[in-house]
Amino acid sequence: MEQKPAIFSARVGALFLLPALAFVALFLLFPFVWVIVLSFTNQTLTGATAANPEFVGLANYERLFDFDRWMRAGEFGSSLLITVQFVLGSALIGQAGLGLLIAWLFYRRRGWLRTVVTTLVVLAWIIPEVVVAFAWFAFLDRDAGTFNNILDAFGLGRPDWLFNYPLLSIMVFNTWRGTAFSMLLFQSALETIPPSYIETAEVAGASGWQKFRHILLPLLIGHIITDLILITLWTFNVFTPYLLTGGGPRNQTQLVSIYTYETAFQFFRFGQGAAIAVVIMFINLTLAMIYLAILRRQRAAT
Amino acid sequence: MAEVRLDNVTRQFGSVVAVNAINLTIADGEFVALLGPSGCGKTTTLRLIAGLEQADGGHMYIGDRDVTNLPPRDRDIAMVFQDYALYPHMTILDNIGYPLKVRGTPRAELTKRVTEVAERLQIGNLLQRRPGQLSGGQQQRASVARAVVYHAQVFLFDEPLSNLDAKLRVEARAFLKRLQHELDVTAVYVTHDQAEAMALADRIAVMNHGRIMQLGAPLEVYRRPQNLFVASFIGSPPMNLLPCRVDLGARRLVFAGGAALEMTGMMERLPASLRDGEMVTLGIRPEHITIRETAGASTLPVKVYVTEPLGGESLVITQMGDLLISIRLFQDEPPSLPDAVWLELNMTHTFLYGAEGELMR
Ligand SMILES: Nc1ncnc2c1ncn2[C@@H]1O[C@H](COP(=O)(O)OP(=O)(O)OP(=O)(O)O)[C@@H](O)[C@H]1O
Ligand SMILES: [Mg+2]
Repeated sequence: MEQKPAIFSARVGALFLLPALAFVALFLLFPFVWVIVLSFTNQTLTGATAANPEFVGLANYERLFDFDRWMRAGEFGSSLLITVQFVLGSALIGQAGLGLLIAWLFYRRRGWLRTVVTTLVVLAWIIPEVVVAFAWFAFLDRDAGTFNNILDAFGLGRPDWLFNYPLLSIMVFNTWRGTAFSMLLFQSALETIPPSYIETAEVAGASGWQKFRHILLPLLIGHIITDLILITLWTFNVFTPYLLTGGGPRNQTQLVSIYTYETAFQFFRFGQGAAIAVVIMFINLTLAMIYLAILRRQRAAT
Repeated sequence: MAEVRLDNVTRQFGSVVAVNAINLTIADGEFVALLGPSGCGKTTTLRLIAGLEQADGGHMYIGDRDVTNLPPRDRDIAMVFQDYALYPHMTILDNIGYPLKVRGTPRAELTKRVTEVAERLQIGNLLQRRPGQLSGGQQQRASVARAVVYHAQVFLFDEPLSNLDAKLRVEARAFLKRLQHELDVTAVYVTHDQAEAMALADRIAVMNHGRIMQLGAPLEVYRRPQNLFVASFIGSPPMNLLPCRVDLGARRLVFAGGAALEMTGMMERLPASLRDGEMVTLGIRPEHITIRETAGASTLPVKVYVTEPLGGESLVITQMGDLLISIRLFQDEPPSLPDAVWLELNMTHTFLYGAEGELMR
């Protein structure tokens, strides 16, 4: 095949690319490198180390992984554990599970109920962050909150949700907030399955559960893994619960995102904060690699 | 094996009546084809029998059970879809064995039965493959095997051969017919290919607009179409249908443009109710017309429009006014004809259809 003559010479082409490259370097590459550099210093906002940060080697990292104290409330280990629970509970079980359930329940059904449910779930996803936080604050309030008013009407008492069950509360909140993505992804994945697949199973005698387990689930598995990659990473880094609980009470909802934020921007220990950020980056990277490996193996199998 | 009976079954989609009060009884072990143009309600009828659609009215029976409100899995049926619906994530063995698996058949017996059926359908060597690694014809057999493996009472086919090329289709057709005879099952077969319906079915139900226009053995439907729709649908090319006016006094049929034919040869078959001056449609199959190069006592003057060699036979298409009349000749080379010729119709093989499209006698 004859090669088309290039519109520009390579040099002119590079020139056109330059602004974009500069942009990427400035706003992505530079912060990335800078955070890594920073994590080896004792930079702070005020005091002597603000103007003249010193290179402290691995000190910041050693402090994070000081195994004598790292599981205490407010320390990195405890924060990680809370985050793992939060991700498992609200992303994997909550969002993906609920999203799959809703998508499956309304599979091949039309009608107002499907429209109403889908709309509500999507609404929860697109309302601005601050509005959502305020609404949940009002919803969960001990004395005047809607939820407790309902419970009370059934004689179930008025627990102080954000105080006594803070982690559960933010898990439910985050499930509510983010189910839409998984639901939409699974809905559109289900749409691509030929109806004859499920009808064949129906005629052949499969029960509702068997149809799901034998036909739909295996055909969805690639989509499920993709969904899990994305929502795991998002949930790992999500910050909105801070608006509800501020990481408390007594650091019980201190997700690593909140831990990083507090270290860097409340105690202004930039060096330490940067070290946390680097560790989180590596955790995220590892998670993504694991999922991608699973996905690749799964693709190869079919 | 069981009889299938549809009693006034109706299915509507919004304002579209897809199936309109159909009555149909399919005998035990009978092979019935639903034949008709696109959108006439064949698939919907089949899906109603399967329970994949809910009837808006009427009742359905399989054997002596009223299945009208039963879900598909309780109807004891097997269905083969146009796209074969083989599961891409399962091997052919698991695909064919799936109905057994959901019934809780032990693995060893499942493998044994699947292997038997697959051997019989000549795909025994493909059991470890996935559907994507099979040719269209092999996939088709695998999907038939999956339907056969669990001994259902009734088999439903929705255009199972339409994704095959012409040669494979003829092969698969013969193979299906053979299989149906061996298994002696009740089968309903949807197709819009009349050759397929003719070749396979014990009886054909010709459908249009959600209704059965005629139900009968293939040759019966071919030889005696009960109405204009069936006359115009069955046969390739279909029957020539020529509107004309009855002149009882002169015992002639008069066509637009003035040409006329003597009614001798069809007199004894005329209905008593036939009135003078009535507008009717004369039907005659292309093989019952002879071409003459001179005018006769009762011939139609026509112009030769085109000739088509079809291999073993040939087709001459002629024109009278704005009507096209085709003539089938059992010779492989079309004759060379002058522009103007005359057609002689074998009146004992003609039909008269009334104003409502009904066969008059
Ligand atoms: N799920 C549906 N929703 C709305 N209308 C439908 C639906 N299924 C079928 N119809 C309509 O019902 C009529 C009959 O459809 P059906 O599929 O039974 O036709 P068919 O005879 O099988 O045609 P084809 O040869 O094209 O497959 C058509 O007018 C079709 O548009
Ligand atoms: Mg159809």
